[in-house]
Amino acid sequence: MRWGLLHVLFALVSAPLLAGVINRTKAFFGGRHGPSFFQLYYDIFKLLRKDAVYSRTTSWIFRTAPPIELAAVLLALLFTPLGSTAAWLCFQGDLLLVVYALGLMRFMIISAALDTGSAFEGMGASREAQLSALAEVALLVALLAVAAFTKSFSLSAFAAQAWAAGLVWPANAILPLVSAALLVVLLAENARLPFDDPNTHLELTMIHEAMILDHCGVDLAFIEYGSALKMWILSAILVSMALPLRASSSLLNFATGLGAMVIVALLVGYIESVMARLRLIRTPQLLVTAGVLSFLAVMVAMR
Amino acid sequence: MQALKEILIVLLILLNFRLLGTSRLGACVQTVALQALVIGLLPLLGPNLPTPWIMAMMAAATLVKSVVLPGLVRRALRETGVVRELEPLMGYTLSILTGTGLLVLSHLAGRKLQLPTGGVDQLLVPVTLFTMLCGLFLIIARRKAITQVLGFLVLENGIYLFGIAFAVHEPWLVQTGVLLDVLAAVFVMGITIHQINREFDHIDTDRFSTFKD
Repeated sequence: MRWGLLHVLFALVSAPLLAGVINRTKAFFGGRHGPSFFQLYYDIFKLLRKDAVYSRTTSWIFRTAPPIELAAVLLALLFTPLGSTAAWLCFQGDLLLVVYALGLMRFMIISAALDTGSAFEGMGASREAQLSALAEVALLVALLAVAAFTKSFSLSAFAAQAWAAGLVWPANAILPLVSAALLVVLLAENARLPFDDPNTHLELTMIHEAMILDHCGVDLAFIEYGSALKMWILSAILVSMALPLRASSSLLNFATGLGAMVIVALLVGYIESVMARLRLIRTPQLLVTAGVLSFLAVMVAMR
Repeated sequence: MQALKEILIVLLILLNFRLLGTSRLGACVQTVALQALVIGLLPLLGPNLPTPWIMAMMAAATLVKSVVLPGLVRRALRETGVVRELEPLMGYTLSILTGTGLLVLSHLAGRKLQLPTGGVDQLLVPVTLFTMLCGLFLIIARRKAITQVLGFLVLENGIYLFGIAFAVHEPWLVQTGVLLDVLAAVFVMGITIHQINREFDHIDTDRFSTFKD
C-alpha cells in the first residue's frame, strides 16, 4: 500500500523524465548531444506561466477538455501497478477502469480538437480515433489473456498471481505475445514513431500534435503533462505484464520496476532511431497484428 | 520440451498471419518454407520419439517441402518477373481480420475435437484447421496464380500437420503419397504459370473468366 503511494508520487514527479530519456537515446543514435533530460519539465513550467488564448469558434468543450483529460489520466495512475509493486488502490475489475479512463482522456482530446473547427485538427482527430479504436482492442484483449491465465481481473494482482501460476519467461508463450502486443499499443497510444513522428510539425502527417495545435498556455501544459503520465502508465502496465518477477523485499521490487521503466524508455528510443515512420495506410495493419497477438495469447491461456 | 512445442505452435500461427498480411511474394515463399520446417521439427519434441525409418521419411518430406517446392515456386517467380501482389481481391488488413475470425472458428472447432494426449497437444487441432483454412483463403482471396500455388502448399502443410497430430497408426506412408502428388502438382503448376505468363503477359487468374473461344 505504502509502496503503491510512493509509485504514484514517483510517477507524478518523474513522468516527464521518460520523454527526456527517449530523446537522449535518439540523440545518441544520431550522434548528437541532445536536449537536457529535463527539457519537458522546462517546457511545462514555461507553459504554466503563460495565459491561454481561445479562438472565438471554440466552445466550453475546448476549455473543459484539458482539466478532464488530466483528471482521467490521474485516476488511471492510482490503479496502475509498477512491476510487482501493487497499485495504491485496486479492486477486481480495475483493468477496465484503467483502460477506459485512458479512453476518456482520448475522447476529451479528440472532442476538443473537433471543437476548434480547424481542418488539420479534424484530420488529426479522425486518425487518432481510427488508431485508438484498434489499439484499444489489442490492449484490452492482451490484458484479458493475462486475466484468463491468472483468474484475476485486477492489474495489481497480475504480477503476483502470474508468478504463482507459473507464468515465467522462457516457459510460456503468453508472455512474449502479450509483451509484443502491449509494446505496439504503447507506441501507438503515445504517438511514437512507427505510428506518428513526435518530431515532425507538418500538419499533413502528424496525429497527436495535429490535435493540440490550437491549445496554448496552461491548457497545453496540462495536455503535455497528461501525455507524459499516459506514457508512464502504459509503460508501467507493460512492465507489470512482461516482467512478473517477485523479489522478497518490496524495495527491491520497486527498484526493479523503476529500472524496467528506464529500459522501456531506452527501447522506445532505440525503436525510434532504427525505424522509419510507417505509411499511414499501413499503420492499422500493424495494430491489427498486435490485436492478433493478443487473441493468440487468449487462445493459449484458455486451452 | 512442452514449452518449446507451445512456442513452435504459436510460431506456426504467426507464420500463417504473415502469409495473410504480406504483399511480397518472395517473403510468402520464404514463410511457407519456414512453416514446413517448423512442422517438420514438431514430432521431434513429441512425447515419444518416432522410429528411425519414420524419422528418415519425415526428414525427406521436410526437405522436399522446405527446399524443393519453394525452389520450384521461386523459379516460376523469377521467370514471370512478378515481385508482389499489388491488388489482391481482399486487402491485407481485411485478410488479417478474416484470419482472426478463422482462428476463432478453428479454436471453437478444436474444443470439440480434443486429443486424448492433452497438454500442449490441445493446440494442435486448432492450428491444423487454421493452417488449412488459411491455405484455402489464400487460394480464393488472391489474384496471382503464384499465390494460389502457395495457398495449395499451405493447405498441404495443414494436412501434414493433421497427420502428425493424429499419428495413431503411423500414416506416414499415406502422407508420403500426398507429398508426391503435391510435388507433381507444383511442378505442373510452375510450368503452367510460365506458359500463361508467356501467352498473356500476366498471371491474374480473375481475368481468365473473360476469355472467349
